[in-house]
Amino acid sequence: MMQMAFSLNGRRVDGEFDPAQRLLDFLRIERGLTGTKEGCGEGECGACAVLIDGTLVNSCLVLLGQVQGRVLLSIEGIATDDPLLESFASSGATQCGICTPGMVIAARALLDRIPDPTLDQVREALAGNLCRCTGYTRIYDAVLNASAMALPAAAPPVGAGGSA
Amino acid sequence: MDGSGKVLGASVRRKDALEKVTGAVRYVDDIVYPGAWHGGTVRTHAPGGVVEQIEFDPSIDWSQYVVVTAADVPGDNLIRLIDPDQPALVDRVFRHAAEPVVLLAHADRLALARGLAGVRLVEAANPHPVFDIDPALEAVHPICPANVYRDYRMVKGDPAAGEADAEVLFEGRFETGAQEHVYIEPQGMIAHVDADGVLVIEGSMQCPFYVLDTLLGLTARSSDRLRIVHRTTGGGFGGKEEYPSHIAAHAALLTLKAGGRPVRLIYDRAEDMLATPKRHPSRSIVRLGAKRDGTLTLIDFDFAIDGGAYATLSPVVLSRGLIHAPGPYRCEHVRVRGRAVATNHPPNGAFRGFGAPQAIFAMEVALDGLAGDLGIPPLELRRRNMLCPGDVSAPGQRMDASMDFHRVLDEALERSDYLRRREDFSRWNIDNQSVKKGIGLATFYHGAGFTGGGEVYLASRAAVRANALGQVEILASSSEMGQGSSTTLCQIVAQALELPIERVTQAAVDTHAVLNSGPTVASRTCMVVGRILEDAARELRARLVSAAGLPDNGYSAQAFTDACARYTAAHGELRVESRYEPPPDVNWDDKTFRGSPYASYAWACYIAEVEIDLRTWEVNLTDFTAVQEIGKVVNPVIAAGQVEGGVVQALGYALMEKVVWGEGGAMANNRFTNYIIPTSADTPPIRVFFQEQPGGSGPAGAKGLGELPMDGPAPAIVNAINFALGTDIHAIPVLPEDVMLALEAVGTSGIQGARGRQGATR
Amino acid sequence: MSGLFVRPASLDEALALQQAHGGRLAVIAGGTDLLVGWNLAHAPMPGCMDISGLQELQSIEIGADTVTIGAGVSCARIAAHAGIAADFPMLVECARQTGSIAIQNRATLAGNIMNASPAADNPPALLAYCAKITLASVRGTRCVDYDRFHVGYKRTVAAADELLTAITLPRDTAGRVHFHCKVGTRRAQAISKVALAALLDWDGDRLQSSRFAFASMAPVPLLARSLSDRLAGSRRGELRREAIDAALAVDLQPIDDIRSTALYRRRVANNLVIAALDAR
Repeated sequence: MMQMAFSLNGRRVDGEFDPAQRLLDFLRIERGLTGTKEGCGEGECGACAVLIDGTLVNSCLVLLGQVQGRVLLSIEGIATDDPLLESFASSGATQCGICTPGMVIAARALLDRIPDPTLDQVREALAGNLCRCTGYTRIYDAVLNASAMALPAAAPPVGAGGSA
Repeated sequence: MDGSGKVLGASVRRKDALEKVTGAVRYVDDIVYPGAWHGGTVRTHAPGGVVEQIEFDPSIDWSQYVVVTAADVPGDNLIRLIDPDQPALVDRVFRHAAEPVVLLAHADRLALARGLAGVRLVEAANPHPVFDIDPALEAVHPICPANVYRDYRMVKGDPAAGEADAEVLFEGRFETGAQEHVYIEPQGMIAHVDADGVLVIEGSMQCPFYVLDTLLGLTARSSDRLRIVHRTTGGGFGGKEEYPSHIAAHAALLTLKAGGRPVRLIYDRAEDMLATPKRHPSRSIVRLGAKRDGTLTLIDFDFAIDGGAYATLSPVVLSRGLIHAPGPYRCEHVRVRGRAVATNHPPNGAFRGFGAPQAIFAMEVALDGLAGDLGIPPLELRRRNMLCPGDVSAPGQRMDASMDFHRVLDEALERSDYLRRREDFSRWNIDNQSVKKGIGLATFYHGAGFTGGGEVYLASRAAVRANALGQVEILASSSEMGQGSSTTLCQIVAQALELPIERVTQAAVDTHAVLNSGPTVASRTCMVVGRILEDAARELRARLVSAAGLPDNGYSAQAFTDACARYTAAHGELRVESRYEPPPDVNWDDKTFRGSPYASYAWACYIAEVEIDLRTWEVNLTDFTAVQEIGKVVNPVIAAGQVEGGVVQALGYALMEKVVWGEGGAMANNRFTNYIIPTSADTPPIRVFFQEQPGGSGPAGAKGLGELPMDGPAPAIVNAINFALGTDIHAIPVLPEDVMLALEAVGTSGIQGARGRQGATR
Repeated sequence: MSGLFVRPASLDEALALQQAHGGRLAVIAGGTDLLVGWNLAHAPMPGCMDISGLQELQSIEIGADTVTIGAGVSCARIAAHAGIAADFPMLVECARQTGSIAIQNRATLAGNIMNASPAADNPPALLAYCAKITLASVRGTRCVDYDRFHVGYKRTVAAADELLTAITLPRDTAGRVHFHCKVGTRRAQAISKVALAALLDWDGDRLQSSRFAFASMAPVPLLARSLSDRLAGSRRGELRREAIDAALAVDLQPIDDIRSTALYRRRVANNLVIAALDAR
């Protein structure tokens, strides 16, 4: 066990934890944060994506001991008014839903870095998140629409306007 | 909702959208049972044989584990499906690798892993395994009689006459590979015995009543002491049709032996890919005869699918493939023979399309081959032979006057600018030696619902009920797995009741709470179950009109609520049950394969554009046009999502997804790193267009849709590749390694330019 | 998963810990390879030492003659680094193709080297650029030519107690032709079937020298030395496909495996060499 302190979804977490467990297991089992999913256990599908200090990672490939002093964000910590949530829900970007939290997290990491991404940037940013239902098309729409919602009306992002 | 107030036909938001987007919804692995144990499975390694002994590592304290073998099965050790051949647990004799023999459970995951590693099966391996269709048909030591589960024939006219009439005869052999479903949520079940002694099994599945059926026999319990609960299911695609019965059976056996304690049996990705069914590999020998002008005189099709080591669903996968094999074409003389063949692979099973994608691939690529032999453009060959209203299809079904397939074809040509692109690419390919471009099409239809009398046999039931507050609930076993049925069914009922969508919900699917509306398969939910629910909703409305003063038409939601309150006060619960009524013109003889196998067909024309890099032989899908006629689009966003997702799944089927079999005949590349599905970077622009022609047998004329997009992309893509390169590629998946060899087979590296035949400008 | 987990505060402490454990601690930084193995094995995690917190390993130093990249630097940082891109564009491209963005954010260049997979994404660029790597232990520090580092499948010259601390690249690439191509199983986050990083030094039409480095073509990431010997001094247009094929037949030992075939790998490798020679 290891004495640890870090931030999780805006709250400070202090305590003795097994540092050699996967961050994914810590979130799901110890914290009950089951929005983070396990799809493959080898960093291929992105369903377990979370942000560490704002950086996109697969939580199945991080040991809890490695997040000492860091700032973690899982899907449960995404702001309820984050335009991505409304945009994913209304764009048809979720079907079975199991990849969706990871997609939202990856999209959040993208928009934090590039608030008005191009379609190609969206495709690249989401290429580590597998979806088997949607064919991705509506997920791109969701990210571009969210980007447009978040930006001042005077500066609509290229490619996001008027998509059906 | 649009201005006219129509719910049916509007892109209403999915009922489950927000809970999925926020991660709040719970899938089976997210459900917490304090004190639950973890279950695991010990499996065979040999491709069939005999388990002579089970050795337990003496250094492990087995009293700490729950250990289950076939001897612990209280009832029938059988997975109930079609043929009674598959045990829930191997007793001694087994047929394939990855077959379950021993189940373990332990409170601690690591201890479970130690236990699983500490059980050794002493297997006497089957010395004569077979892994391919043709060797299986000739095997001296068959798995079942002649290694054939079913041998079906469908004949129209006189094939010998059709051959005699032919001026050109094309013959080709076509192969399709296995495909893994890759639902992103692995399979899993949790079982426990509740305080009332009811054995409860909940998890990820498409068909709760299939699970119930197996569990009734396995546990020798009655249905009131067995309860199957569907949990939010993270994708199915057919992969959660039959296999959940195994996992549920295993979880049940573990919890029963553990005194009712909750046991979680959640597969990880490797076990899921190793043990669960795949799409049937197939091989087809196709002979097509035609007059010089392109008129088809003969379709002669020898279709065989690899069923694996138990029959499971192979008989019905076979019949759907067989019926779809001749395609939507007019031909006097047709013969299709179809066989479901036994091999020592783990059983192959249901997968979106259910035999049709395999057969349609062969037919559509064969048609391009015939076109090349005739010197007729592939488009013209299809135009000349396309079924028209009044024509009779291969099984003998007269095409309804409402089906104008030429309209679908015309729109696809226009949307894709097919003719001009084809000419442009021909010119490009003459001039350019490093990248070749191709365009290809496929025209096809897909019958919705169970084949032939299947729906009559199912006799599905569903109910609609309304409470005193005017809230309406759907009671059906149709299971949401991402396809959107829990939303579209509500739209159908809301429309029938003239209510806003918010008033209607689908009750949780639980065998103790809902009626058996049949399995969630075969593109049947919207069309068949939707129709039953529409009938029920109309009857419910009629009762409110007659017994509670609801206006005949044009009422407000408040007036509906008031009527519900009056009704329930006077008569008690307002609940209307309805059952499947076969359309009048469906008659089918499943002995002769003659008649009308499906009430409705969705029609489509798909067009693919590809580029091939001749340095690496990689094929890049650059554009995709999908035009389909589906009767009525119930929810445009959900419908388009079905097509887009299906196209990408089929793109993987065509160009990437190759199941590599290990020595024992089970999947060797059972990891996401090694089984490659498309990412967002691999996906082309997919342009989806719907037509609505009247005549579908579902609500407002709707037809089935979910499987259709799996049928067309692979042949369209392969036709595009063959056009670009002048190759004769007849097998999928087409990996770059295969493109390289195909070019060698036609005597060019591709760098010197495509062979003329199919590349010729038309 | 549970086992010994140590998190040294300094490089010296890390080296001492590794010595104290007889070199048996698994060294984890990004975890993108190690955790995959542990997850798949369902086995208890072996003792491990997390070096992701060591600031000493996080620097990128652009010197007059060399660029030195600390062992803890992630692929994402390399991919975004203008100074590295200026001299070593192929390394930037390799880093950008090391799995998905989530992987690049965690994976380190040093981990990609020490994992010693023949299919690793970054070694071809490092081989082409004449990288040197620094190995440290309590016994001292040594510098090794990277093209002598891999000695067999998943085997290297590093001793069990040695940590890779830095990668150094000579800044002598100006005016060279850089050609990199990764051929994977799909367009994103793929493991390579063939990859080539080539650095060519042309004097007008004459090829003075060249370094062709391959992944997935042998048990180790590999420099095609026979090919470079064969090509040295040739003129453009004199370079015959047959000669290239013959030289590569000596250098490369492709195999059939779960991802591709030996024949395909060989043909594509040959095509990529031709493309590299055609590149300007």
